[in-house]
Amino acid sequence: MWSIVHKMGSAPWFYRFAGGLTRWLLPIALVALAVGVVWGLLFAPADFRQGNSYRIIFIHVPAAVVALAGYYVMAFAGLVSLVWKIKMADTAMRAVAPIGAALTFIALVTGAIWGKPTWGAWWVWDARITSMLILLFLYLGVIALFEAYENKAAAAKACAVLTLVGTVNIPIIYKSVDWWYSLHQPASIKFTGESAIDASMLYPLLLNIGAFYMLFASIVLLNMRAELVQTHRGANWLQKLVSAGGR
Amino acid sequence: MQSDLSVYLRSQLNRHLKAGLRRPGDILNPLVFFLMVVTLFPLGLGPEPDKLREMAPGIFWVVALLANLTVSGRLFAADFEDGSLEQMVLAPQSLALSAMAEVIAHWLLSGVTLALVSPVFAAMLNMPVNAMGTLMLSLILGSLCLSLIGAIGAALTVGLRRGGMLLSLLIIPLYVPVLVFGVGAVEEAARGYDASAWLALMGAFALGGLVLAPLAISAGLRISLDS
Repeated sequence: MWSIVHKMGSAPWFYRFAGGLTRWLLPIALVALAVGVVWGLLFAPADFRQGNSYRIIFIHVPAAVVALAGYYVMAFAGLVSLVWKIKMADTAMRAVAPIGAALTFIALVTGAIWGKPTWGAWWVWDARITSMLILLFLYLGVIALFEAYENKAAAAKACAVLTLVGTVNIPIIYKSVDWWYSLHQPASIKFTGESAIDASMLYPLLLNIGAFYMLFASIVLLNMRAELVQTHRGANWLQKLVSAGGR
Repeated sequence: MQSDLSVYLRSQLNRHLKAGLRRPGDILNPLVFFLMVVTLFPLGLGPEPDKLREMAPGIFWVVALLANLTVSGRLFAADFEDGSLEQMVLAPQSLALSAMAEVIAHWLLSGVTLALVSPVFAAMLNMPVNAMGTLMLSLILGSLCLSLIGAIGAALTVGLRRGGMLLSLLIIPLYVPVLVFGVGAVEEAARGYDASAWLALMGAFALGGLVLAPLAISAGLRISLDS
């Protein structure tokens, strides 16, 4: 068990491990996403009230779910980096930030596109939309802080502190924005008790959420590989790998 | 040992308060800034007393937040430039404690002074008199939260050349709960209801922040000095 954790910290090992994993994970994610999207957009029944416009949830909800989870992944990496000083955790944290920000942005944009026909406005100041916007700011803050430091080791530590502060704050931000105002519909998928969404819509949605998670993981791993190439560009193992033409 | 800590805390607090009081401009500037921005709102929104009364709690808290943002960013700058920050890090006493003393001093000089003069500005915006007490209390508690959060951002950016814009990106999202609860308390009081639940929550945040934030601040200061 521990030997795997130790290996995780080694750049050459992780580089090869991430390459091997994404070679499988990425195609599976893409196929799952394609099936989920076609299922959701073409075969799932139209909504009784919203007609076809509701179908955007097959992108909107997975993006929002994974965007939120991404922040916690980043915070966990930050914790690992601060406590155990594992450099790979820095790389992971840095790799997650832009992807999480992009997913948050996708969730916001698809929400706005759905809001126009449904609520009659592109943007409504409701609790969940505002929370997502704040999540986007939190992601952008981490990215900007990382860019501002010239010493990248210090940058990673600073970002780790910031993400941990953000993690403590996220529940408070969510609760406060919730009390502030709520117009958004409450969550429809419940793991305990009856879901308020019909199975014909739920299954493609769950498939897409799974696909987004896998896609997220693959892109993070690819991003980490790119990061490793950047930081280890002079290293022996990398030059050997390149001259051998291997991955 | 405990008395050692409190002696150290008190001496640090004294040092920062003295240093702050010798630069009265730094205390007055945020208040003038506050007055300036409050003046802009009637000019922008129109002078109708009813509209202003309705918007006053929100205006107040947004401006208080901006005023805090402008001063928090420079919180550790002087200590960083003259090297006393390094001495604080090297001192055998905990850096978190020194940081806490600095934030408390900053809060007493900026947040509490703003709270004390706030009824004047509130009257200019037609806020009802019975909300003034809640306004002052909420500003006292809320500005401690703002200063603690601002200090985390300041600690992380103190060594950077272009900290200003970055700082607002880092800490404005974290300011959000304070804004929501502060406005909530004042609006509740302005409508004539009891705002003690909101104030109790803000007090809880202030105390929780006082415990946790110094740890993040000291971690941030160490990182900034190492880089």
